[in-house]
Amino acid sequence: MEKQEAAQRLTEVMTKFTGYVGKHLPTDVQAKLKELSAREDKPLAKVVYQSMHDNQEAAARLNRPSCQDIGVIQYFITCGAKFPFIGELEGVLREATLRATREAPLRHNAVETFTEKNTGTNTGSRIPWMDWDIVPDSDECSIDVYMAGGGCSLPGAAKVLMPGQGYEGVNQFVFDVITSYGINACPPLLVGIGVSTSVETAARLSKKALFREVSSSNPHPDAAKMEKLLEDGLNKVGIGPQGLGGKASVMGVNIESSARHPSTIGVAVSTGCWAHRRGNIRFKSDLSYEIISHKGAAL
Amino acid sequence: MKKILTTPIRDEDLEDLNVGDVVYLNGTLVTCRDVAHRRLIELGREIPVDLKGNAIFHAGPIVVEKDDGSFEMISIGPTTSMRMEKFEKEFIEQTGVKLIVGKGGMGPNTEEGCRKYKAVHAVFPGGCAVSAATQVERIEGAEWRDLGMPETLWINKVREFGPLIISIDTKGNNLFEQNKASFNARKQPIIEEINQQIRFIK
Repeated sequence: MEKQEAAQRLTEVMTKFTGYVGKHLPTDVQAKLKELSAREDKPLAKVVYQSMHDNQEAAARLNRPSCQDIGVIQYFITCGAKFPFIGELEGVLREATLRATREAPLRHNAVETFTEKNTGTNTGSRIPWMDWDIVPDSDECSIDVYMAGGGCSLPGAAKVLMPGQGYEGVNQFVFDVITSYGINACPPLLVGIGVSTSVETAARLSKKALFREVSSSNPHPDAAKMEKLLEDGLNKVGIGPQGLGGKASVMGVNIESSARHPSTIGVAVSTGCWAHRRGNIRFKSDLSYEIISHKGAAL
Repeated sequence: MKKILTTPIRDEDLEDLNVGDVVYLNGTLVTCRDVAHRRLIELGREIPVDLKGNAIFHAGPIVVEKDDGSFEMISIGPTTSMRMEKFEKEFIEQTGVKLIVGKGGMGPNTEEGCRKYKAVHAVFPGGCAVSAATQVERIEGAEWRDLGMPETLWINKVREFGPLIISIDTKGNNLFEQNKASFNARKQPIIEEINQQIRFIK
């Protein structure tokens, strides 16, 4: 396929997929919300879950972004080094953001820092944000589209602990962040935790953790154990939908980690709101694609 | 039966409302968030919409401007109210606004404003922006458009807009502060219990 023709096709698909992600929740999130909703018995919690359910139906029926805050558009790209259109992707994703903004339509969410003007296009310096992982021997490309509103970006926090504080310090940090700021971040939340060496490595991993399915577990048994302890523990706090009190505070807790410096424990928390608008699409080298996050999705 | 507030809202309409009550709104609801609050309170600029007896919405919507110059509300949900906390008491005093709709709690400054000038803060369920948009009958105007789509003052005529969950009432009770106190009381024993099971550094 000619590069120009391929870029056009990729732009077409990514424009539609970006818009789609703003209007439909991923299959795993829908299932989790249904499960959590059924567990609630407090009147206010039930009112809120009913509103959430009605809203997602209305968004699909009217073909509109389910939440007005579509975030600053972010793409997390895991690309094979042999994917033939790797060089086209940056331009493609920028163009897809511009077009999705007009066609979906999306709210204008990119404010140029220091000039303090909304660009009106959802593009700007380094925006849409693109994060890259390169896979050496692959010729395929996987893209996570993510729309995090301001509300669920605000709790984001990172800190470097001393080893003496241990995993106990990580536990305390997570609880402090979620109980102080989680209420305003549209719970039940997906909590992403990075445990690593410094603030930026932990922060990146905490975000990557949000791209795992809400009920998934870390392959390391102790990490998985900690995920479960934190999930159950945060739920016992009883934040409930919108912080109004209820049986669940979170949809899940996902931890990602790296090896780290012996003198540090970098920890970071990123949160996803209940309207966790994450979408994963995978392209083969001939540009045939599969949508992984949304079962039965058609663009 | 649905409890409905209609603008202009009078002090006596709000007297019997308590935190946790669910109400709906008919009438005028104006979007008003960070920079609009800053312009009125910090920069001393006159707000170009009469808010007396009306409602504001901490929200930045998606609006489509049609070829004939009219507007269509596509998606409008609440934003975090706490960002407006530092301005809200003076905002209530200066504008005479009666109902503040947003997301999450607000603090002591807003409590005092609500108590002193008889107003309430209410929560619209966050993220439910299409439901909210379908309750906007029409957009009657737009002011301070230089602020861009999210921050413009969009003047909406709404019908049975809600559910609105009262989070601060005219007595100054604060639902989220009450909730936060119980969340914090529960927190530390849970942390200690988990700590016993994660001593992975040996």
